[in-house]
Amino acid sequence: MVDEPDLGCKVGDKWRKKRGSLIMALHEIQSVKGYVDWKDAMDLAKTMDIPLARIYEVLTFYNFFKLVAPGKAVISVCTGTACYLKGNDKVLEKFKSELKIKEGESTPDGLFHLQCVRCVGCCGLAPVCVVNGKTYGRMTPEQVPAILDEWREVFKEA
Amino acid sequence: MVDMAEILKKFDIYEIARKKLEEIEKYDCSIYCCHSTGCKSSGSDDLIALAKQILEENNLTDKVRIVATGCMGLCAQGPLIRVEIKGKKDILFKHVNSDIARAIMEKCVIPGLSSAGDVVLPDELKQHVLSLDMPFFTKQEKVVLKNAGHIDPEDIEEYMARGGYLALEKALKTMTPQEVVELIKKSGLRGRGGGGFSTGMKWELAAKVPTVDEKFIICNGDEGDPGAYMDRSILEGDPHAVIEGMMIAGYAIGATSGWFYIRAEYPLAVERLKKAIQECRKKLLLGNNIMGTGFSFNVDIRLGAGAFVCGEETALIHSIEGARGTPRPRPPYPTNKGLWDKPSCVNNVETLANVSKIMLKGADWFASFGTETSKGTKVFALTGQVKHSGLIEVPMGTTINEIVNEIGGGVPEGKTLKAIQTGGPSGGVIPAKYMDMPVCYEALKKVGSIMGSGGMIVIDDSSDMVSLAKFYLDFTVDESCGKCAPCRIGGKQMLLLLDKINRGRGKKKDLEQLKKIAFAMQKASLCGLGQTAPNPVLSTLRFYEEEYTNKLLDGKEKE
Repeated sequence: MVDEPDLGCKVGDKWRKKRGSLIMALHEIQSVKGYVDWKDAMDLAKTMDIPLARIYEVLTFYNFFKLVAPGKAVISVCTGTACYLKGNDKVLEKFKSELKIKEGESTPDGLFHLQCVRCVGCCGLAPVCVVNGKTYGRMTPEQVPAILDEWREVFKEA
Repeated sequence: MVDMAEILKKFDIYEIARKKLEEIEKYDCSIYCCHSTGCKSSGSDDLIALAKQILEENNLTDKVRIVATGCMGLCAQGPLIRVEIKGKKDILFKHVNSDIARAIMEKCVIPGLSSAGDVVLPDELKQHVLSLDMPFFTKQEKVVLKNAGHIDPEDIEEYMARGGYLALEKALKTMTPQEVVELIKKSGLRGRGGGGFSTGMKWELAAKVPTVDEKFIICNGDEGDPGAYMDRSILEGDPHAVIEGMMIAGYAIGATSGWFYIRAEYPLAVERLKKAIQECRKKLLLGNNIMGTGFSFNVDIRLGAGAFVCGEETALIHSIEGARGTPRPRPPYPTNKGLWDKPSCVNNVETLANVSKIMLKGADWFASFGTETSKGTKVFALTGQVKHSGLIEVPMGTTINEIVNEIGGGVPEGKTLKAIQTGGPSGGVIPAKYMDMPVCYEALKKVGSIMGSGGMIVIDDSSDMVSLAKFYLDFTVDESCGKCAPCRIGGKQMLLLLDKINRGRGKKKDLEQLKKIAFAMQKASLCGLGQTAPNPVLSTLRFYEEEYTNKLLDGKEKE
């Protein structure tokens, strides 16, 4: 997404003096870059004076953090209870078969990333999918190809 | 010479509230647009922009105001818009799109401003009207959600105009910390995160620990249960109520600062809370010597990162400290040794949102709602196979029948109610035969479920209970932190057995084995996650054993 070579140092400097800030710093890196790579983690370790192992311990524990670059359009399929009861598994299957990838993977062209997420809190609209922050409610498997086309279009222009 | 009286007036909450009320009074009409995550994702941003544009075109900006509010409750029918014209009946519109929004402005608001009597709506609008007299609205009792849907959550002055921060003033200026603790204790408020521990008792324990250098109050906003979004809606719709509750709690226990721990999956709630905190700082409600009383308090936000176990208080504390969110054995309880080993008191979002109301209206008023042991109201996220899915608030002790069939409008046509599920992955199912059971901490426990944080999922006869149990177990196995063996290994083994049964390969002895592992997990797991993870399996086994036996290889012989 955005390439900033000294992101780790910058963020580390900002959060260094505050308490309980490692997770906040990692959030900030991921929000800029889309993931946290090895170099950022190294820089963060140096500037915040936290062992690198400790940073990876945290990075690998929490579902939210990504260690490799995700696709440009991140498709999050909600697997909360309401969405489960209303058949979001069928929507997920359709995404899988359309994109020919499994959950947690990206398409070879780097355009789509498919992931399952815990409740996004729009249970009234179940079943729900979120693509790059845009929410699609009352999903059916038939809507999947149109959504994919919509995002292909977005990144074609860019 | 600077006039001190003038400056102080600027920060006087009565003065701010009075001015705001005067300002609101000037408008003839208020249009409330729901602006919470649910309605926002259905496009309420565009509707607000469109309504504003139409107002400008018609030079009505000094007569009509548009308020972007928090959740109005009926999320499935969103986006929602409520029109309130002075002297006329309020009208609520559902499923609003840009055409309907334009029609609302041109055929309801504009004629309504000039004509006497109620507005006659054209047919195209009539089918979008939701009656405010339907049981979904009239059967509810709003205490915590009183402001959500009525104020702009990003405007502190609107909160003050509805009595905001008066409870804080009352506590700081007229009561000792002990008196605040006593009042909350007397009200019977219990933790709304699921545990149901008396909030007053918790505060008393925390207050007793001497403050050496620091003491913390922590707000647990790590709402992880799938199918629950009460805390998110409260934070989005009325963030100041939570901040005020936290400050009163801080005063009561002698805390030096407060921490909000919020799920990273709730960006809108975090953003609104951040803004609310900034507003408080500007109005000198946070910082040193608040309201000239010598009480100093500051708050900060820390985000979660997608770990369900962080809803457990010791895991949450580790997560704020910047470590893996793994629980540790208790005691020592956080009230003695919590965040950075300092005494800390952890309260849920909804619990804190109740506090200011109790302070203003008294313990007896609060205790007048509910049952003998469960006082006050509870917010539920009513979802699943139900007509009116949304956010509701009812007095404790309301029956399941009233909630599902009257407020929720029952299951959709052609289906019958099979059960409801409460407490998320830590709870259990309650079959339809218990429909007349009152919803309170004790009654739910008796039938093998728990109150939990407030997710209530309606299940119809098309759902298979074995798969449902597997769904929940799948969740807890995935979210187990792996620190203690009973939860890490037991959960996985139970899941394998369930899978085997679900594929039709199970035998009778597998059911026995399931129960044995479940028992061990309940007794030996370190934290609530492992102790309660078998609940969905045990409760479905208790009420729907035939669904399990029907799937067994040797199941039919049993009959």
